[in-house]
Amino acid sequence: MSSKSILTPEMQKVVIRFSGDSGDGMQLTGDMFSQSSGQAGFDLTTTPDFPAEIRAPQGSVGGVSSFQIQIGGTEIYTPGDQVDVLVVMNPAALKANIGYLKPGGTIIADADSFNPRNLKKADYEENPLDDGTLEEYYIIRAPATSLTKEALKDLGLDTAAQVRSKNMFALGMVTFIFSQPLSRLVKFIEKKFAKKPALIEANVRALEAGFNFGYSIEATSTTVHIPPAKLPQGTYRNIDGNTAIAWGFLAAAERAGRKLSLCSYPITPASEILHELSARNDMGAIVFQAEDEIAAVCAAIGASFVGNLSITTTSGPGLSLKSEAMGLALISEIPLVIVDVQRAGPSTGLPTKTEQSDLNQALYGRHGDAPLVVLAASSPDDCFHLAYQAAKIAMEHMTPVILLSDTYLASGTSPWRIPDLTELPPITVPKFEGPPDQWESFMRDEEYLNRYWMHPGDAGFEHRIGGLEKKEGSGNLTYDPLNHERMTQLRAEKVQRVAGKLPDQQVYGADSGELLIVGWGSTHGSIHTALDELMQDGEKGVGFAHFNYINPLPSNTAEVFSRFKKILVCELNNGQFAGYLRTRFPQFTFGQYNKIQGQPFFASEIKAQIINALTE
Amino acid sequence: MPDIDVKVQATPRSRKDFVSDQAVRWCPGCGDYAILANMQKAFAQMDTPKEKFLSVSGIGCSSRITYYIDTFGIHSVHGRALAVATGAKLADPELNVWVFTGDGDSMAIGGNHFIHACRRNININVVIFNNKIYGMTKGQSSPTTPPGVKTKTAGDGSYENPFNIGEMAIASGATFYARVPDNDHKLLEHVMMEAYRHEGVSVIEVLQNCVIFTDGIHDLITGKDTKDDNQVLLEHGKPMIFGKEQKMGFKIDGFRIKEVPYDVNDPDFLVHDASVKDSTMHLALAKLELPEYPVAVGIIRNAQKQTFDQIVHQRIEDAMSRSETPTLQDLFRQGNTWELA
Ligand code: SF4
Repeated sequence: MSSKSILTPEMQKVVIRFSGDSGDGMQLTGDMFSQSSGQAGFDLTTTPDFPAEIRAPQGSVGGVSSFQIQIGGTEIYTPGDQVDVLVVMNPAALKANIGYLKPGGTIIADADSFNPRNLKKADYEENPLDDGTLEEYYIIRAPATSLTKEALKDLGLDTAAQVRSKNMFALGMVTFIFSQPLSRLVKFIEKKFAKKPALIEANVRALEAGFNFGYSIEATSTTVHIPPAKLPQGTYRNIDGNTAIAWGFLAAAERAGRKLSLCSYPITPASEILHELSARNDMGAIVFQAEDEIAAVCAAIGASFVGNLSITTTSGPGLSLKSEAMGLALISEIPLVIVDVQRAGPSTGLPTKTEQSDLNQALYGRHGDAPLVVLAASSPDDCFHLAYQAAKIAMEHMTPVILLSDTYLASGTSPWRIPDLTELPPITVPKFEGPPDQWESFMRDEEYLNRYWMHPGDAGFEHRIGGLEKKEGSGNLTYDPLNHERMTQLRAEKVQRVAGKLPDQQVYGADSGELLIVGWGSTHGSIHTALDELMQDGEKGVGFAHFNYINPLPSNTAEVFSRFKKILVCELNNGQFAGYLRTRFPQFTFGQYNKIQGQPFFASEIKAQIINALTE
Repeated sequence: MPDIDVKVQATPRSRKDFVSDQAVRWCPGCGDYAILANMQKAFAQMDTPKEKFLSVSGIGCSSRITYYIDTFGIHSVHGRALAVATGAKLADPELNVWVFTGDGDSMAIGGNHFIHACRRNININVVIFNNKIYGMTKGQSSPTTPPGVKTKTAGDGSYENPFNIGEMAIASGATFYARVPDNDHKLLEHVMMEAYRHEGVSVIEVLQNCVIFTDGIHDLITGKDTKDDNQVLLEHGKPMIFGKEQKMGFKIDGFRIKEVPYDVNDPDFLVHDASVKDSTMHLALAKLELPEYPVAVGIIRNAQKQTFDQIVHQRIEDAMSRSETPTLQDLFRQGNTWELA
């Protein structure tokens, strides 16, 4: 066994991965550690890794559940490529996760669970903790099961209940290694088990036992101190992407003075938005679980015509089903937000994995000439702001808006500075202020071309909308050929004019130079981290433009591209954004780097691509 | 014919108040004209402010009607009018919502939405123009086309088993179902007003004549000379009698309905109870078919049950009144938060 650990007394950032059987409570453990780290002032990003099957056999590699977190004193944009500390509660967890561990990384193993039965379930012939195969790592063999049982023996719990607390033992050890106090975790336990006092005692004891074990055996070569991050002042919490989207819509409804209608059909990985807003009937959210995806978008269209902020949420296959009705919302020019939490496709594909491959569908996936606004969120906390923006654009510009998120953002978390509602940009719903006889259903605002949102309840403004082509202005049905051409162009122009309200595209790193890295959506963290590392090494000629506004693109996009000699578009699909940019800006050459494995980018992969592009 | 009970409004309205400025473009002689006129007449009598009416339709000849009625209206997507209407009604439960659809629109492409709207018992009204054919796409078989009828897709006669719309509605949980011939204007208006008064989903099947593709398809039931023997008008609380001389009626025989000569003194003679919760008899009545039985028209089922929109909004009200998270800021601060200075 190597005794060299890569852990040092002072570290800027560190990646920890908790893993065990689905029943071992690893998600809770990881969640508690992230809460406590956030409160300690670290920046962090987390990602869970669930088994694909709901009930995989216990102790099997397929049944391993993991939670990865990167914490640090600098800004943290990803949960980390590779892991410094790997917690494994059984042999299967080791087998499933050893590939993520850095050479010299620390393994904290529940030595008790490395018994012949569990070894066999994980297909190990020898105990890997003893057979020398893990020589390049630093192993801490912690008898977590037996020490937890010992600590809890006089509480009158049965053995199964005692053993269930061993995740707290592991958490206690990790807390010790990273020099954090136990007090915040104890509070968390007290809150979580407020209704079951016996479990408070059990979990706190296990936690302390783990902490003390780390202390007394001097388990690691060193304890690690991480300086806290310099995040802006404010109140923070951890938030996952789906909750952030749900809350962004609640905030937008409140700021616009509209009721919120959510009409959705369950689909992985978007369902949590439906769950969260279902629970938010305490805030007046009107939630309708429809009989299918089509009914969901159609119900949202009905709710929108009535004057509510109306949302439908789905993932790729559901977006396909909604596309006909999206055409209706578009030609009727009513506000509607369609959230697509992308997963890896086509068809059922890899339904629990992440990908950015619905971009073309979002941009083009409708019959007829049917452009609409497309936005993409960058991080779990950014989902709040993009959902708010999507709702604002939909209502102010009277257009359907597609908001793209993905599995990685949906289930990942990041700290979120809780905004004051007045910090959020105001939302001005376009109403016609004059008398009804001066109004026509398709008359428009001159600057942004939006029509006015008159709806049931507005006496005298009774009118019909529908899928048939309308006469410009009056909204009467007409087959006039020139009118159809004009309306088609107006609808396209209306979308482009949204750019007038968008912020300029920013560039991180070099403002001009050799190479511009282009990303969009959830890849922000990996690309940002890769570039940071290169800049620390002295690289000065690389810029990074990350797009949240896909259609329309920010007005200065071409100007940004023109400042760099080379452009490399990185995305988790087979080159869809690169293809889109080529049709929009044929004057530039777009290189591309694509990964289509159902996994996010590692920063190291991006780094290698950048170096490659610079030396080519 | 029962009297029409008209609620008096503050400002009396007439049919004209609901006539839009769009030219009506159905084929001359189409049964849709009668439905439109009676609908506008009925709207004028309803106790709803004009701006709180919502008409929703799908696609097909029938669905053009939303352009001809001067209310807020949505001419939506083929088959999806009920889904659109459901979202609208939940968004504003005070709306008086009417869905107009055809047999293709509601029973084929929109079949899923139809059964779920009935199951939920949402308080909207659904008028189905049943001409037993696809009219607008020019004459293909629909899910209600009777076997043997020649269509563009079945030149030798339709060969699929048809749906009975009443059976679909009642079996799916509809609390109101009526069947009306398009040429019985009084009954149309009466049924529309009763559907308006009914709280819950109200399905009105209109036997509508398409002069182009299935002209006369309902003649046996609706024809002047044949209707007395071939239709039985059901009225709540009255014995079910029919026939030219009003001498025939029904009894129960085992699990079946049996035609018998009407005998006023016979206590087993069937009297119509539209409001009974159990739908077994309503289902049996909706299924009476020629040539064995006369076809039932009128309000076959009109039962009370809490509506979907009431339940949804009651829950919102309850949750809001007991809520521990009344503001967004409270919600955002639920769970663990921390301050960074
Ligand atoms: S095709 Fe038939 S249903 Fe359609 S408008 Fe003409 S007559 Fe009426």
